[in-house]
Amino acid sequence: MIRPRGRRLLRPAGFDELGLRRAISDRMLPFLVAAMGFLAALALSGWVGAAALANSWQAGAASALTVQVPQPGDPAAQGGGTRVAAVLATLRAAPSVAAAQPLSAGELATLLRPWLGAGADRLAIPLPAVIAVRLASGGADSDADIGALAGRLDALAPGTLTEQHAGWMRRLSVLARSLQACAGVTLLLVACVAVAVVAVATRAGLAARRDAIEIVHGLGATDGYIAGRFAVRATLLAAVGGLAGAMVAAPVLLALANLAAPLAGAAPRPTMPADILTALPARLWLALPGLPLIAAAIGCLTAQITVRRWLRRLP
Amino acid sequence: MVRLESVGLRYDRPWDRAPDHPGDRAKPGAEALHGLSFELPGGAFRWLLGPSGAGKTSLLRLLYLAVRPTSGRLSILDTEVTTARRRVLPRLRRRIGVVFQEFRLLPHLSAFDNVALPLRIAGRPEGQIRADVSEMLHWVGLAGRLDVPPASLSGGEQQRVAIARAVIARPSLLLADEPTGNLDDPQAERLMHLFKELNRLGTTVVVATHNEPLVARHPAPVLRLDQGRLVKADLAW
Repeated sequence: MIRPRGRRLLRPAGFDELGLRRAISDRMLPFLVAAMGFLAALALSGWVGAAALANSWQAGAASALTVQVPQPGDPAAQGGGTRVAAVLATLRAAPSVAAAQPLSAGELATLLRPWLGAGADRLAIPLPAVIAVRLASGGADSDADIGALAGRLDALAPGTLTEQHAGWMRRLSVLARSLQACAGVTLLLVACVAVAVVAVATRAGLAARRDAIEIVHGLGATDGYIAGRFAVRATLLAAVGGLAGAMVAAPVLLALANLAAPLAGAAPRPTMPADILTALPARLWLALPGLPLIAAAIGCLTAQITVRRWLRRLP
Repeated sequence: MVRLESVGLRYDRPWDRAPDHPGDRAKPGAEALHGLSFELPGGAFRWLLGPSGAGKTSLLRLLYLAVRPTSGRLSILDTEVTTARRRVLPRLRRRIGVVFQEFRLLPHLSAFDNVALPLRIAGRPEGQIRADVSEMLHWVGLAGRLDVPPASLSGGEQQRVAIARAVIARPSLLLADEPTGNLDDPQAERLMHLFKELNRLGTTVVVATHNEPLVARHPAPVLRLDQGRLVKADLAW
């Protein structure tokens, strides 16, 4: 490193006595870490998405019954009220039912939007009344009880459908948890590969600069001094790679969120900045800036450990 | 100061041998040094003589802590090297200056940065480093070559940079391996005067050389090695 004489008042910040700027390339390592960062961002979004699905499905499984009453406004077969009122009264009176709540027209429209579009309530399609039923804990699992209740409801308002979701909700929930676990394992694997990439780059640097390391070691440099030089370089390159990976991943995740929005019951996202901010879950927005930090930590620790282990061969 | 008791050295591991030491011809598993015993008092000057392959470089490597003895006891600057913990050695190395036959300068650093390296490793303030290194390079006649990398210096100039680096931290023990190999006679004489001056100021100096006329011109006690054994010690030339 050649500098003009007059400016050497402080220890040069970039003093590179081991020549690591050439030994650990500033192209390959950041590129590989960027690729790892991109994959980590995808896995992270999968993990967050699967967690959200699992939570919503678990919440859904609590309202374990859906009752559909066709022609809800017609008079009931028994009693004086409408079909839906009779069904609702019977449900609320049943001991195994904790709560029964008919969906409003708006909620029904939201439910149907993915299939019928935003104007489902204005279409000339006879829509049934839908009652969300939450079963009381205890006897809720008894299929016989639910069967008997369904029979009574059908007698009150013929054509009434009683659907029990607990079983498949539970299966969906297990599926979502499994997806979440897969995403977690992927994250772990990506981190392991990042560690391996930094370790290989560090070992290549050690091999390329063996002479310089031996000279500096011979002049009285401690293991910490030498490992610190490698760690600074690896931290910088890994952080740059992590930042690049996160920056490439952000628009991809936004695009995916945009594609998934209608399926989640929301309107497709316009391009307003405020909407872009809410397009991704808050946890992802927190995790994306964390990627360069985690990459930097992986770079720093891996380089430190690799170099210190290698240095043990010197006396 | 320096004490060896029945010191032996065997190169068992391939990385213990320094490939850039042409004088070090020991094969893996071969015993490079056998049963060396001698003592150097503080402020001593010794010539280290012997034919190629006699073990001069191996002995110097022991003394500058590039290897530890495989048998016997070695004490340097009042530290028992044989049993010392590894983390003690860096501080000890900072008190030892070494001039290598092949200089061992860092090619990507300027002459100034090469000489400044021991002080930076020791964590000295940069202001002091600047003054000391400039003065040292001026002293060895390289005042106008501070920012030049080693590749642009002549062999003699590189040698002087290597010497400046070895003595910049005022070492208690100075070791030199064929330091005059790349110097003409006037330069070699100048170097000897530098070594003697440092020795007069209290530095213990050991110089390995084949240059018998130089030894004849500067009589001092001799350590003579042959086939890894000490055949002559502490006798006046």
